[in-house]
Amino acid sequence: MKKNSKLLGFIQKYTMIIALVLVVVIFSITTDGKLLFAQNINNLISQNAYVFVLATGMLLCILTGGNIDLSVGSVLCFCGAVGGTLLSKNTPIILAVLAMLGIGLAIGAWQAFWIAYVRVPPFITTLSGMLVFRGLANVVLDAKSVRVSNEVYLKIFGGGAECFILKGEAAKTLCLVVGVAAIVVFVGATLLSRINRAKKGYTVEKFVPYIIKTVAISAVIAFFAYKLSQFKGLPTVLIWIGLVVGTYSYITSKTTIGRHFYAVGGNEKAAKLSGINTNRVYFLAYTSMGMLAALSAMLVVARMASATPQAGESYEMDAIGSCFIGGASAYGGIGTVPGVIIGALLMGVINMGMSIMGVDMNYQKVVKGLVLLAAVIFDVATKKKNS
Amino acid sequence: MSEKILLEMKNITKEFPGVKALDDVNFKVKEGSIHALVGENGAGKSTLMNVLSGIYPYGTYTGDIVYDGEVCRFSKIRDSEAKGIVIIHQELALVPDMTIGENMFLGNERGKSYAIDWTTTYTEADKYLRIVGLSESSHTLIRDIGVGKQQLVEIAKALSKHARLLILDEPTSSLNESDSQALLDLLIRLKGEGLTSIIISHKLNEVSYVADDITVVRDGQTIETLVKGVDDFSEDRIIKGMVGREIADRFPKRHGVEIGDTAMEVKDWTVYHPVYPDKKVVDNVNFYVRKGEVLGISGLMGAGRTELAMSIFGRSYGSSISGQVFLNGKEVKMTNSKSAIKQGLAYVTEDRKGNGLILSNTIRENTTLANLEGVSTAGVIDFDKEYAVAEEYREKLRTKTPSVEQLVGNLSGGNQQKVLLAKWMFAGPDVLILDEPTRGIDVGAKYEIYNIINTLVADGKSVIMISSELPEVLGMSDRIYVMNEGRFVAEFAGSEATQEGIMAAILKTSND
Repeated sequence: MKKNSKLLGFIQKYTMIIALVLVVVIFSITTDGKLLFAQNINNLISQNAYVFVLATGMLLCILTGGNIDLSVGSVLCFCGAVGGTLLSKNTPIILAVLAMLGIGLAIGAWQAFWIAYVRVPPFITTLSGMLVFRGLANVVLDAKSVRVSNEVYLKIFGGGAECFILKGEAAKTLCLVVGVAAIVVFVGATLLSRINRAKKGYTVEKFVPYIIKTVAISAVIAFFAYKLSQFKGLPTVLIWIGLVVGTYSYITSKTTIGRHFYAVGGNEKAAKLSGINTNRVYFLAYTSMGMLAALSAMLVVARMASATPQAGESYEMDAIGSCFIGGASAYGGIGTVPGVIIGALLMGVINMGMSIMGVDMNYQKVVKGLVLLAAVIFDVATKKKNS
Repeated sequence: MSEKILLEMKNITKEFPGVKALDDVNFKVKEGSIHALVGENGAGKSTLMNVLSGIYPYGTYTGDIVYDGEVCRFSKIRDSEAKGIVIIHQELALVPDMTIGENMFLGNERGKSYAIDWTTTYTEADKYLRIVGLSESSHTLIRDIGVGKQQLVEIAKALSKHARLLILDEPTSSLNESDSQALLDLLIRLKGEGLTSIIISHKLNEVSYVADDITVVRDGQTIETLVKGVDDFSEDRIIKGMVGREIADRFPKRHGVEIGDTAMEVKDWTVYHPVYPDKKVVDNVNFYVRKGEVLGISGLMGAGRTELAMSIFGRSYGSSISGQVFLNGKEVKMTNSKSAIKQGLAYVTEDRKGNGLILSNTIRENTTLANLEGVSTAGVIDFDKEYAVAEEYREKLRTKTPSVEQLVGNLSGGNQQKVLLAKWMFAGPDVLILDEPTRGIDVGAKYEIYNIINTLVADGKSVIMISSELPEVLGMSDRIYVMNEGRFVAEFAGSEATQEGIMAAILKTSND
């Protein structure tokens, strides 16, 4: 009985990680191991870069109370349209990038203002944005695609053939070095905090689980570094993903601002009476979402080497889906950045596995939809049992 | 009164994973009587009633329910309702935007399922409303009538289901004194017409007023049944049964607490309703509180006490607020709750689940929420420090929990209240406004909250305690203001105040 509940607790805590491992194993078998080819690992990161970035931003919106941002796909398209047009007219990269970022921030702030200070429901505000900016993007592009051929831009934002850090053998060596360094930093940091806590007499995680966790995470880092080095090294897009994921996971877990997001989502009235500026929390969430939509636009334009009027269609759903699969609560107040990344990876692996198997695109949608429902059903069911 | 036994619950045992919620409970109710069920929170009263009404279906418990001479095996609420057993829960189950009539027959509609007979619905609804003494039309929306009347609608709804045995779970917990009195008198009147009721209540004065028999439940067992006219029905006697020992003094004494200078003074405070800008909610109130003093604010529900407190606390309530607040002799302006906290004010809400705590967060996170700066540098939280703070308050307030990493939603009401107090104590205020600090928590936990209040004033802080429970105001306060219809109508020294005096002050100044 006791052992059983311990196992159940373990499964509950690491559901999505277990699911991810299972999915990887299953697709490795059904694709005869092709899933884990070096090139595919590289593609998993490059193809899903926009999902990682958008989902991270979406988490903040969802944390405030299950609110979503439907406009991200359209905003992405509009930013891309403006940036692509500028680049195709030989505007300096820095100006094009700043223009995209500025537009993203401005749109974010525009929507955030109505949501935070006028209290227009986010669903409505962003539904409006979804229409407005899709329309404007088409106006800018005149409903035609614009090619982007600026090599430097493509390389920086992870598009084209040479979007890797360094070249040839040097790139592969660098990749391995970075992998080892990451493991050392990770192990060192956790060990240091553990020693610190023990010294101050606080409870620390039990030794065996700690070791298992550390070894598992190190192994995953090592695996990725090895596989990427087998291909062409570190894709530049990984820097952007790392930057966004790192910053946002630090903000949400370690700062007072981050805590405010959870408080507002958990109980807005209590947060307000505790001296938290709840309007500002909403404002920050949606402004940051606009900024990240702009960053995603840069990545998507680079990857496709063009700005197209269809860009970003249904991207909002990828981002929202990743959040909910990754354990964010549809009522707000619960969810973590690492969880969301695992959710995005799970979706990415399912996509890729089925593509390699040659499953029809339409069936892929069916499967993804069902996975989303299953994840949330599981979440609701386990919560019910606990209460 | 007939001595026929309407209901007998025999050897009821109900287990939840890891806990025995009910342990061999025996419980008898006479036909045509009012039977009170009392006990501390978590003693098993509600579980027992859920077993009776079929919320926990037959098979999930052991033992027998004998009702009206036959053994009953209810598998859902409908089964027990068919027999005339109707339960009214503490949280009212009415839809605010529907009419009284629609609510009364919700799930039990008159007419056919594809064609509701509205004429019958509203005529019958009106009939039952008259029985419970309401003069409202059944076309009135639920949101347009007060909580007291809503509770009566619930009873009318139960009667429309042809109830023979009515179970009321804390029916008066959100009612003011006069509405409570009306409800209790209605129960007595319905008893005369043959209705049997079981009432669960924390308010012992009401219990001894209304009940014919009182059964005490403690730790999942029925301890004793007191009978009116045979046993001692005093509050002290009932409490002794509930806690299993005599509580010599329900209100701990303060020794050698020096009352110092004025800490806060409020002058000419007037507040208007946020939605109806013509309605005065607080009307030209003046008061002060000294250091080391417990100031009681008594009054009926709806007197404007919470509104007064929240409007002072960073204008968290109301519109067109006018007046002055002085802290330590200096006038201060507080435009939001953050500035109020900075000025040294704390407001501990009456609604700990709705306005106070974040149930999905841990004790640690809740404890520091109002003073995150206290555990962080440059916006980055020091988790070790935060943990240490939460632990310190857990020990100080004796919060019962395996760890401060527990979610607050998993705690009992008394322990939640302690976490809420911890949060505001850590904010480091000079003046604490406690709004109904012991609502809905049991006798033992109340005593501990009183002790915490005493430690606070011993540290030189000022406590303003808003409470609807007169014994509590009388037992704890150094000085008492009485509030009625938005105004302060009387002031008493704690030693001179009596229940009669306070009630008289309220009645004298009431308009209707």
